[in-house]
Amino acid sequence: MTVKVDRGKCISCFGCVSVCPVMALKEKERFPECDPDKCTSCGTCVKFCPAGALTLVKGEKK
Amino acid sequence: MIDNEYDVIVVGCGPGGSSTAKECAKRGLKVLALDRNLEIGTPVRCGEGLSENSVQTLGLDMPNGAKAQKIKGAIVYAPDGRRIKIAFKGTEGFVLERKMFDKWLAMEAGRAGAMTVPKSNVYDVIIEDGYVKGVKANVMGKDMEIRAKIIVAADGVESVIARKAGIKSGKNPMFVDSGFQYEMVGIDIEDPHSIILYFGNKIAPRGYVWIFPKGKDVANVGIGIAGNLGGEMTAKKYLDKWIETQPGIKKGSIIEVNGGCIPVGNFLKNMVVNGCLGVGDSVNQVNPIHGGGIAESIKASRIAADVIDKAIKSGDLSSSVLSEYNERWWKERGGTLKNVEKVREMFEKMSDEEMNDLGEVLSGEDLVDLAHGKNYAKVAKIYAKFKVKGIRRKIGI
Ligand SMILES: Cc1cc2nc3c(=O)[nH]c(=O)nc-3n(C[C@H](O)[C@H](O)[C@H](O)COP(=O)(O)OP(=O)(O)OC[C@H]3O[C@@H](n4cnc5c(N)ncnc54)[C@H](O)[C@@H]3O)c2cc1C
Ligand code: SF4
Ligand code: SF4
Repeated sequence: MTVKVDRGKCISCFGCVSVCPVMALKEKERFPECDPDKCTSCGTCVKFCPAGALTLVKGEKK
Repeated sequence: MIDNEYDVIVVGCGPGGSSTAKECAKRGLKVLALDRNLEIGTPVRCGEGLSENSVQTLGLDMPNGAKAQKIKGAIVYAPDGRRIKIAFKGTEGFVLERKMFDKWLAMEAGRAGAMTVPKSNVYDVIIEDGYVKGVKANVMGKDMEIRAKIIVAADGVESVIARKAGIKSGKNPMFVDSGFQYEMVGIDIEDPHSIILYFGNKIAPRGYVWIFPKGKDVANVGIGIAGNLGGEMTAKKYLDKWIETQPGIKKGSIIEVNGGCIPVGNFLKNMVVNGCLGVGDSVNQVNPIHGGGIAESIKASRIAADVIDKAIKSGDLSSSVLSEYNERWWKERGGTLKNVEKVREMFEKMSDEEMNDLGEVLSGEDLVDLAHGKNYAKVAKIYAKFKVKGIRRKIGI
């Protein structure tokens, strides 16, 4: 699983990076990006996001 | 311009980082301060409130451009619409222009001799023999390994660098607020020299809506809600819903949007590892009721600089030497903030009805004291009064 970022909604606050327990998210070119190898699809970041920019989606492992 | 070795590398040029850089440079240390943003101070993630008391105790001689509006009091609305006006010395302060404030702090660091560099993303730490010995960063397009005796993780709420260094500063969503804010112009503000707060679980679960005026018709209009509640109803949706009910706000235009993660508790017993310590949001140094972290990060930076200076001079950079930072921070700030956290927990459990009751028994002064962790004994008394009120309501007298 991975997390998809809707860049139209995202306000680049990086709060999702803060709350991700496994550091699967990181800042890349002003937006968060999820590493599908690390993401456990726990949904913490989705619940946190103030702008509703995140959704859990199926993602390919690298 | 940039060397390969420093006494101190500060990661992040927010208020915590710039102040630490300045204080270390003032003590004669060779300091590098890196921030990934293109412009220090931008983008903003803040309501921009700072109390006069903090300005005084920290001796912040900031330029006028860093102050947007002088604040003389507060107006608090209970869930039933009851209005509590607070106006006395303890509530005075400023709504800042954080872009200017942060830039000014960075300039102060630069003037003290620290080398500040924007567009420098720190993506890893160098750890050798159990010590943090440097950082890996992309400095304006160039990948570099830069070493230092001490690394300061002032990387804000993300705290990726703090965590990579081994500081247990991950943010538990129970202990953070999810914030969203518009800066708006052309709005009606009932008193442009008061901050205005709206409480209620329907308006903002475990938080509040705030209006922080920056001029007679300009203000930060924002919201914080519990960080584990979102999903369908996000902070943005709650704020938009509330604005819909306020004709004087709804008619305004939006000139900025920001937001973010606000730590509201979960203070760390340990904020140091061998060769590294954390300052500011990275280690949750924020007031858990009003979410103010500007003053807290600057206060912590002064303690940090003392301890860093001592460690470097002694040649012992181990966590046992750096742990003096933990001890002093807990003595000077942690204890008080822990009390504030207890008060927050009490608020958090309240229904709207109970909050209305509290609005009746609390004076404005009590509210401010509570938010600052002062007169903690008073809390117990007020709580008792408020309980009686609740019982009366239940039995109908
Ligand atoms: C919505 C909201 C409202 C708030 N309202 C208020 C308020 O009214 N009053 C108040 O006092 N506080 C408020 N706060 C809190 C306040 O903004 C923070 O406490 C304060 O900014 C903390 O300062 P800091 O230096 O620790 O971190 P920050 O100001 O976040 O600075 C961290 C810096 O580190 C940089 N950085 C991060 N990672 C890296 C990296 N890997 N490499 C290079 N650079 C990096 C970032 O770009 C950033 O500039 C609010 C916060 C939010 C989200
Ligand atoms: S929390 Fe939401 S708005 Fe903030 S950076 Fe992450 S996706 Fe974007
Ligand atoms: S779903 Fe969980 S593990 Fe995946 S990015 Fe979000 S917080 Fe991290």
